[in-house]
Amino acid sequence: MSETLYRIAVTVNGVERTGQVTARTSLVDWLREHLHLTGTHIGCEHGICGACSIMLDGAPVRSCLIYAVQTDGHRVTTVEGLTHPDGRLSILQDSFCETHGLQCGYCTPGMLIAAQALLDANPRPSEDDIREAISGNLCRCTGYQQIVEAIALAAKRISGEPA
Amino acid sequence: MKSPAFEYARAASIDEACELLSQHGDSAKVLAGGQSLVPMMAFRLLRPHWLIDISEIAPLQYIALETDVARTGACTRQCTVQCDATLAAQVPLLRQALAFVGHAQIRNRGTIGGSLVQADPSAELPLVAQILQARLVVRAKSGPRTLTAEDFFTGPMTTALAPDECLTEIQWPVWPDRSTGSAFTEVSRRHGDFAMVAAGAQVAVDAAGQCIRAAFGVGGAAPTPVAFPDLAQRLVGTSFNQALLRDVAQQAAAALEPGADTHASAAYRRHLAAVLATRVLQSAYDTARAAR
Repeated sequence: MSETLYRIAVTVNGVERTGQVTARTSLVDWLREHLHLTGTHIGCEHGICGACSIMLDGAPVRSCLIYAVQTDGHRVTTVEGLTHPDGRLSILQDSFCETHGLQCGYCTPGMLIAAQALLDANPRPSEDDIREAISGNLCRCTGYQQIVEAIALAAKRISGEPA
Repeated sequence: MKSPAFEYARAASIDEACELLSQHGDSAKVLAGGQSLVPMMAFRLLRPHWLIDISEIAPLQYIALETDVARTGACTRQCTVQCDATLAAQVPLLRQALAFVGHAQIRNRGTIGGSLVQADPSAELPLVAQILQARLVVRAKSGPRTLTAEDFFTGPMTTALAPDECLTEIQWPVWPDRSTGSAFTEVSRRHGDFAMVAAGAQVAVDAAGQCIRAAFGVGGAAPTPVAFPDLAQRLVGTSFNQALLRDVAQQAAAALEPGADTHASAAYRRHLAAVLATRVLQSAYDTARAAR
């Protein structure tokens, strides 16, 4: 039996992308396998680890818990969409480098998405706000402390305070 | 960990969703936020032939506040409900419980109705529905009907919804009493995990600080979340003395049928039920008194 294909058009990182997908294709599989946007990582594939976090219409969600077909007509931002158009890293990404907010890097795309969504909504987060915002993202290397420091550093830089 | 094959239909209206359910109901599942359904599909615990996506139906997404009831559309996102300050003032227990529902990424996508229909015995929103005696409006092609939360939840992951029915609205009773307090708490391995045991309470007091109305319930310790209206009635007219409070909580715990698994034994769950029930009742009472 061949599966039905559904035509979708999704704005990914500001560019309209079209495709034909089976209903069961998860958004993360479409992003990685069809659009070759492999920055978004697949961890647990059942909504526990947060590695696959992306922004859907500006809000962070898990792309393993959304079928690609559901995002037809919507706006997706992946970790690739966080960099400047010329490829330079964002303030947040730079801050992760500076504070050693990553080791193996597996959780990093999800952490960056969760953190960027936090800073978009709340440019001056408290440490509690930061910990709450990344509470749905598992990291097995850093112990989280440097990630919290990275996000706090980025918040200071974005608001123009001396870091 | 990939979902089995299925056919997808995005319903543009409630009528269309009901029509699709009347055609495919037995072999279909309604997809709202998908935060429980999609993992169950990935684990192959569910293999529906059709998923009927109702998450884009705008008339299922609203918060409507009236004097004695707050109505939420079934597809209202959990984050929307959590962030609504006016709703939180009228039904504070909802926001308190939502703080324990998964994480921001889950609540951004998950819906109020989806969590209720999922009917996980340890989930927070079904417990709030039981405690407040919410009413649930469901619709089939043949028309709507309204169920009490008590009638809606029939067992673990099981509700009274017929295969061709779709939950459309939840009606949360608003207590008119000015001095009302509520509290919600739970014990889980990590914040955001499923609760081993959860408890919630709402209490209203008069000008003298005496309880005039009380409700409480416990989740995760029986096939469905359980509310204890008769036991709560014993607290009315009192000032919540410790012996009475402990006795009420102990009786509630004794009436539960907790299961055992790798996370907690039945005895531990029963112990937690009594401790957490005491804690939320006391906290709700203190908040109500402070609001005088």
